[in-house]
Amino acid sequence: MKDKIAEAIADLLFRAETDLSEDVENALRKAMEEEEGIAKATLSNILKNVELAREQGKPMCQDTGTPTFFIKVGYDFPYRHILKEAIIEGVKLATKKIPLRPNAVDVVTGKNSGDNTGHHIPYIHWDFMAGDECYITAMPKGGGSENASALKMLKPGEGMKGVKKFVVEHMAMMGGDPCPPTVVGVGIGGGGDIAMELAKKALLRKIGERSHDGEIAKVEEELLSALNSLGIGPMGLGGKTTCLDVHIEIAHRHPASLPVGIAVQCWANRRKSIKIDGGGNIWNID
Amino acid sequence: MEYRLNLPVGREEIERIKAGDIIYVNGIVVTARDEAHERALEYFREGKSLPVDFSRVAVYHCGPVMKKNEEWHVIAAGPTTSRRMELFEYDFIKNFGTRIIVGKGGMGEKTAKACREYGAIYAAFTGGAAVLAANAIKKVKGVEWLDLGMPEALWIFEVENFGPLVVTIDAHGNNLTEEIKNKAMEKASSIF
Repeated sequence: MKDKIAEAIADLLFRAETDLSEDVENALRKAMEEEEGIAKATLSNILKNVELAREQGKPMCQDTGTPTFFIKVGYDFPYRHILKEAIIEGVKLATKKIPLRPNAVDVVTGKNSGDNTGHHIPYIHWDFMAGDECYITAMPKGGGSENASALKMLKPGEGMKGVKKFVVEHMAMMGGDPCPPTVVGVGIGGGGDIAMELAKKALLRKIGERSHDGEIAKVEEELLSALNSLGIGPMGLGGKTTCLDVHIEIAHRHPASLPVGIAVQCWANRRKSIKIDGGGNIWNID
Repeated sequence: MEYRLNLPVGREEIERIKAGDIIYVNGIVVTARDEAHERALEYFREGKSLPVDFSRVAVYHCGPVMKKNEEWHVIAAGPTTSRRMELFEYDFIKNFGTRIIVGKGGMGEKTAKACREYGAIYAAFTGGAAVLAANAIKKVKGVEWLDLGMPEALWIFEVENFGPLVVTIDAHGNNLTEEIKNKAMEKASSIF
């Protein structure tokens, strides 16, 4: 079963790397229709590239990312004890087969491990649920957009206005570096680590999917239109489309803290999922 | 304006080009990221010879996905974020006489200064458009410094109609992406 799950992980990464999800592609296409000049040409290049990658079965970006997984595992999922090893094997397999760029570098020696594995890499976010099934989402995370991550510990007195100001000013400063049009994940509250984790998890949502919290949903829309008023445009070359969506996740905060985490996805917003049931059957989920 | 440039190019040809123009490049393009820049400058300081004449090629900020069967093949080769090379680019252009730098996201004031003083341009390829870029690469001529790892090595590519590249820094002191970013930052500070 371990080999079967490892194969499934390699296939999952192949889908994520070569086949941009429909919600993202549609948002890019809609943006292209609204743009003109360099911005339109840039979005047209991106969409052409997305189509070629899918047709040729090649990674849509040469930065095939840090292999990151989000797992929801049932308490009674019979293969839970082999999941971690199977994922590591799957990443090694995908690195050779697809192939992926080796992106795991030792922080001290600078040596590249060559197979996309190393200390804490691939990184797995674990979550548990009732039942005997398991959901695995792969998010190969590019370095350019990851470098636009930020954490600020605001003073509670700065309030939501301060939160919005921080997000907009930070993304303006990043300009074209995170490969806009981006998707911006924001985590508000908790401690510093919680805000960052929530920001990353917010990126799992589909484009256009609003927060269940009505007030937060309003802030998402407000931030989206603010970011698109900055004029940064696709790849920072100017235009109306800087951001495809903003997703916010919240946690209760300590009375003395107001942490805000920002995690950013480039236009190559790669994420795909599978479900494995208790009998070991595997289904693809977009 | 749109230009087709055959490498190597001279200073006069570079000086005709303005920020906002589109160029297509033919000839030899060599990839170089952080570590290759650092090593090239180190070799220069120590008087060691370099495996590539950077004055005759375009330098491409790119860490490609390559595959070796009998020979090396390009799988994906879009640009990486150029701003990381801002640390090195002034000295690089000054010491090696590179005329065309290609990357994504734009570069800062020091690079623009080098472009103005030594007659060079910086042009952006669509970030992440890795398959599109790979299609313009006709041949892998070689690889140097592979000990730095696949992304950081110097990959020597022969390209045909490599583009469209948007010139964001010209040899006259213009810097398109910095102008856009500065306006964005000014606007951002007054929204909330």
